[in-house]
Amino acid sequence: MSVLVGPETRLLVQGLGRDGSFQASRMREYGTNMVAAVHPNRDGQKFEDAVPYFSSVTEAVKETKANTGVIFVPAPFAADAIIEQVDAGLDLVVCISEGVPVQDMIKVNAYVKGSKSRLVGPNCPGLIHPASRAKVGIIPGSIVVPGRVGVVSRSGTLTYEAIAQLVQVGLGQSTCVGIGGDPIHGTTFTDVLALFQDDGETDAIVMIGEIGGVREQLAAEFIQRHVTKPVVAAIAGQTAPPGKRMGHAGAIITGKAGLASEKNRALAEAGVHVVESPAYIGARMKEVLG
Amino acid sequence: MNIHEYQAREILERFGLPVPKAGVASTPAEARAVAEKLGGRVVVKAQVHAGGRGKAGGVKLASSPEEAEQFAAAMLGTNLVTHQTGPQGVPVRKVMVAEATDIADELYLSIIVDGDLGVPVVIASTEGGMDIEEVADKTPEKLFRVAGDPLIGLSPYHARDIAAALGVPASAQRATAALISNLYRVFVENDCSLVEINPLVITRDGGVIALDAKINIEDDALFRHKDLAALYDPEQEDELERRARGSDLAYVKLDGGRVGCMVNGAGLAMATMDITKWAGANPANFLDIGGSAEQERIEEAFRIIVSDSDVEIILVNLFAGIARSDVVAQGIVNAARETGTSLPMVVAMRGTNAEEGRKILSESGLDITAALDLAGAAEVLRDKLAPAGHGKGGSR
Repeated sequence: MSVLVGPETRLLVQGLGRDGSFQASRMREYGTNMVAAVHPNRDGQKFEDAVPYFSSVTEAVKETKANTGVIFVPAPFAADAIIEQVDAGLDLVVCISEGVPVQDMIKVNAYVKGSKSRLVGPNCPGLIHPASRAKVGIIPGSIVVPGRVGVVSRSGTLTYEAIAQLVQVGLGQSTCVGIGGDPIHGTTFTDVLALFQDDGETDAIVMIGEIGGVREQLAAEFIQRHVTKPVVAAIAGQTAPPGKRMGHAGAIITGKAGLASEKNRALAEAGVHVVESPAYIGARMKEVLG
Repeated sequence: MNIHEYQAREILERFGLPVPKAGVASTPAEARAVAEKLGGRVVVKAQVHAGGRGKAGGVKLASSPEEAEQFAAAMLGTNLVTHQTGPQGVPVRKVMVAEATDIADELYLSIIVDGDLGVPVVIASTEGGMDIEEVADKTPEKLFRVAGDPLIGLSPYHARDIAAALGVPASAQRATAALISNLYRVFVENDCSLVEINPLVITRDGGVIALDAKINIEDDALFRHKDLAALYDPEQEDELERRARGSDLAYVKLDGGRVGCMVNGAGLAMATMDITKWAGANPANFLDIGGSAEQERIEEAFRIIVSDSDVEIILVNLFAGIARSDVVAQGIVNAARETGTSLPMVVAMRGTNAEEGRKILSESGLDITAALDLAGAAEVLRDKLAPAGHGKGGSR
């Protein structure tokens, strides 16, 4: 069993411009079963001489039985792409695009909630399942190793950092999920924690949060009630000044709840192993697992 | 993106909100002309992208056009320093001259997006004219919050509830409810990240009026608001932040730091700031060079860091996924040579083409100490910052 992506993943990639094409190549190279490419005006052609192009997602799903979609279209068109993928009935929709307007996401999230699809992102690195070599997104395949630690994170490169730290202490990963740095996103920490708790491949969980919002506190509540597996957490932005946006639109401290110290406290009270420095995520997990 | 009060006032007026009669002036003579046209007492307000203007002398009540002219003359061309600006302040190029309002009561009204609820939320309070963060902190029971809906927006009964919660007099209930509904439309239709009316005023004659207006537009949505994008005023931004914006770099200058940070990814950038603190120094900036960093952007990022006179040491932390380490390394070397900087650097470089990148750096002859990872970078930094030795070539 795997979490969200795995051997059963049949991937559709939407938006094959410069970045999308590069990443689609990396996903195929890693071993992902990419079955369809969606891009305007390339019908009849094939991506890398192997994967058929379609103009419409619905058409692509009908022809290829794709069950997972990943989106690289420019941010102004991302909301439309998500809605198109949801309407086509994909189980999992992963939006990598960065800079999607908040008002778009407000509507899209409401739309996704009434459907059978699950949205991850936007502005996220996506997911990777090393055991089956399935990768949906941009997490470098070269840094992950199969294993039993689940990773869930609001960040991109800090996720890579955490993965590298785990590998350094000899710990592989079950599934890594980047949920994205925007204030309004689909799948939340709590959703992924629930999946990891039920996942037979996952023994322990690394959770990487950031300043801003109260999602980490909600995760802490959930952990206290429902998660029996050990959780190691780090919150980035302890030194960020209030009121300033630190790159990620979600990472702006508004009110006390958004502070790293408040999140750390809530997580520690829920029995989570909180690392004060993000440099010791791997080392702490090693300690916890003995 | 921030806009000026007079621009926000125009937007509110366009959406049917009651605002004071006003005009904008770039010279003292223009200010006088506006005051003459308005007649009676007027308020002269410095137009800057910063709060706390009143206490800083940026808001003055004038009883005659002559006095309005004098106040404008004293403000225009100066830099206004408020608690929200740096010590150098922000330039005053325009003043707004508005009719004076007879105030019976001051209220507070704003709309922001609540990321956790995933919808816009109206925040109202009877404590107008105050610092709202302080109200939230000390008397949270005086804040009234109502969430909108992605589909419905704000229902009229919500607006009536808010007006009632604010305790506005019967004569102003209906106008206040309409104002709240219209403000919600302003927020959604202009892709705002903040609209704030502080104070919202109940006048002596029982009316309601938006006396001050602050609007932030979401940067990511400016592509569909060309008219609003044109309101960008680069002069109101810190010079380095302005340059960074021009190169599409996410940069925030931080006060009191001496370690210049250059990182790819916002989360890793924040984590790098955190380990800097742990190593015993404050970061001088937040800087995310982004995912697919091209060489020119890397060079500009480096130039921005070395232009900051607070920076004594540079910490580069790169975990290349989309970006290529060799390209980043070459950008750093080029910019370091071009600027002739002698600042010491600590560099951690991993991911795509990291080996090539490290080779370029080590062969450059620059004062660069390589670090293995985040923990390694923290340790190297701590050694370098130790008062005993500043490393080779550390002085400048």
